[in-house]
Amino acid sequence: MAAKSQICSVWVGSETGILKGVSLTKKQAFNFCEMSCLSRDQEVCAMAWADPHESEVLVGCVNGTVKTFSTEKGIFTENRQCGDVTQGRFTGLAVTDSSLITCVESGLLKVWKEGSTETVEINAGAAVCRMRQNPAHRHRVATGGKENPLKVWDLERPDTPIFTAKNVRNDWLDLRVPVWVRDMAFIPDSDKIVTCTGHHQIRVYDPSTPQRRPVLEVQFGEYPLTALSLPASQGSVVVGNTHGQLAVLDLRKGLVRGCLKGLAGGVRGLQCHPSLPLVASCGLDRFLRIHSLEDRSLQHKVYLKSRLNCVLLSSRGLEQSDGDVNGEVEEVKVEEADEGDEVWDTMETVTEKRRKRNAGEEEEDGKVTEKHAKKKKAAKNL
Amino acid sequence: MDIDEQPDTQNGQKKKGKVKKQKKRETCLEKNDGKEQDSVTEPARNPTENSFPPTFSLSEIKNKQRRHCMFMKLKQEKRKQKLELRKKRRKERQALGDKAPPKEVPKTIENQRIYDETTVDPEDEEVAFDEGTDEFSAYFNRLTNPKVLITTSDRPRGRTVRFCEQLATIIPDAHVYYRRGLALKRIIPQCIARGFTYLMVINEDRKVPNGMVLCHLPDGPTAHFKVSSVRLRKEMKRRGKEPTEHHPEVILNNFTTRLGHTVGRLFAALFPHDPQFVGRQVATFHNQRDFIFFRFHRYIFKNEKRVGIQELGPRFTLKLRSLQKGTFDSKFGEYEWVHNRHEMDASRRKFHL
Repeated sequence: MAAKSQICSVWVGSETGILKGVSLTKKQAFNFCEMSCLSRDQEVCAMAWADPHESEVLVGCVNGTVKTFSTEKGIFTENRQCGDVTQGRFTGLAVTDSSLITCVESGLLKVWKEGSTETVEINAGAAVCRMRQNPAHRHRVATGGKENPLKVWDLERPDTPIFTAKNVRNDWLDLRVPVWVRDMAFIPDSDKIVTCTGHHQIRVYDPSTPQRRPVLEVQFGEYPLTALSLPASQGSVVVGNTHGQLAVLDLRKGLVRGCLKGLAGGVRGLQCHPSLPLVASCGLDRFLRIHSLEDRSLQHKVYLKSRLNCVLLSSRGLEQSDGDVNGEVEEVKVEEADEGDEVWDTMETVTEKRRKRNAGEEEEDGKVTEKHAKKKKAAKNL
Repeated sequence: MDIDEQPDTQNGQKKKGKVKKQKKRETCLEKNDGKEQDSVTEPARNPTENSFPPTFSLSEIKNKQRRHCMFMKLKQEKRKQKLELRKKRRKERQALGDKAPPKEVPKTIENQRIYDETTVDPEDEEVAFDEGTDEFSAYFNRLTNPKVLITTSDRPRGRTVRFCEQLATIIPDAHVYYRRGLALKRIIPQCIARGFTYLMVINEDRKVPNGMVLCHLPDGPTAHFKVSSVRLRKEMKRRGKEPTEHHPEVILNNFTTRLGHTVGRLFAALFPHDPQFVGRQVATFHNQRDFIFFRFHRYIFKNEKRVGIQELGPRFTLKLRSLQKGTFDSKFGEYEWVHNRHEMDASRRKFHL
């Protein structure tokens, strides 16, 4: 089990209650669960890293338990009851230094301090759809849901939210615009928050200004947006909707930069890699897909047999694992490239290899060949 | 005779040596007296005179009539050759008798199908668990009996009404209701309260049924199909007498992938558990190339080897458009699978069911 779990770089929680680890280098998927004691009430609703070293994964189940999974040992090490079925599913899990933050659909946000039974409770209002933590200030969380506007809470002062969004102005018929926040994210290096709604809007709020209404509103598609994630490169956001449409939007002007193709069913989980231009998506079509954000091509597609609810990427490179030689990884990549010219692909590998072998002496030579290759590629493209 | 040969000689000339070319030309000239031949031989002569590029095709002939004429001849020629080849092969097979090699399997897009990784392995524990606990498990664990409500889009006309009536004779415990302009989202809670397990809505366009929404109750899933080639009982040739009230048997063919399994279970749960074999009636859902063909038959065992079947009708074809989780909600529902023509139909050898 331990060997298996250490090579996994993507973690996926499924509707059948199975935690799945996927290794993209080995192209294998593992189930970390006892197949004999499966049940629907262990359905995974939320996942989070338990520590910054990413050695433990927190898994929130429908029945109100939060399980701790050790990626080093490959087993569930801890089982904690953080709520019950009547309060609804988990909408978010987060960890600050030594305490666990949970939020359920009924709006009960709890902070579980390590070692003590006392909890700080916050009522975030009914029908919460998502709770997210600010990665820069880990004691700040945002909540939002159906008819429940975006609120930002400071866990050190849990009485009142430090920011409450105001609904947009009435529409041209002077009717109230319904509120339905489905997902949100904190934009790094600024106070801004981006949300997506069930009425296919993407909104950017800026709590540093007195304005409580969104500073930018964009519409995408005509179906409810379910998930959102911020890529490593700034100024854009990836959103997914219930019809399996995935798009990269520009946050400066609010235009669609491009769509990511290949999905068949609604998106449930979406996460961008913290450093690489990659985005992982999973959903009701039972596939985990990894797209490149640079050329928006599909890099990996893994069938995982159950409907998938959430996805968690480890921050190390997806293709690399400790034992692997770099060259090997390169080769896998080449095989993986989806719609490339085969002849061209093989050519690339050859140059790569040669450069590696002659790394010391003939570096220049390698560069020259590469240049040649590039020229050839350009010619071909013409 | 020369006429038929022409296209062939054309091709031959280009490849073979000059000597042969000249010979052919001579023969052409010798026979060149009829009016028809004139028109035909001219393009054949052209290659030698104007030196066509090596890839000469008939489409390069600019005169439409002549091009058409040449093309017809080419086709005739091809057909002739094909028939001869077939004759020859048959003779060879007959000559060899028992030792003849087995016949080649023809290439079809189905047997060239791209492998689908979601194909269900019957021993897979996870899929078995997933299916065992899904929305249909209540039916398959024999906890519920199907009860179906059939309705139409608003103000149905002609064929759609009859189609609904005939569907109701196939599915036991089916009730046809007039839509009365009601919204589906408001019908569904009432259906659940009255113990219906299915809501079937036939949509029509210009008096022809063209769509079907099949919604499993109480908690989904909902499938949306395109309906085509509907043939009602009256329009069928050699059909049997009206079907009886017995519970029919159900045959589900070729639902292999994970999505196919779900759709198959959706159809299976329409019919009651224990078929009444006395009725000798079978409902078939046959999936081929993602089209689901529905047929309704009565069978009879004539003797130990022979079976007679008689179609009772109606027959129609379904094609899955989308599968939605939960009961009908086209605006806010989450879709498990949506057919996307531009992305999914790029390969003709890829099938989803």
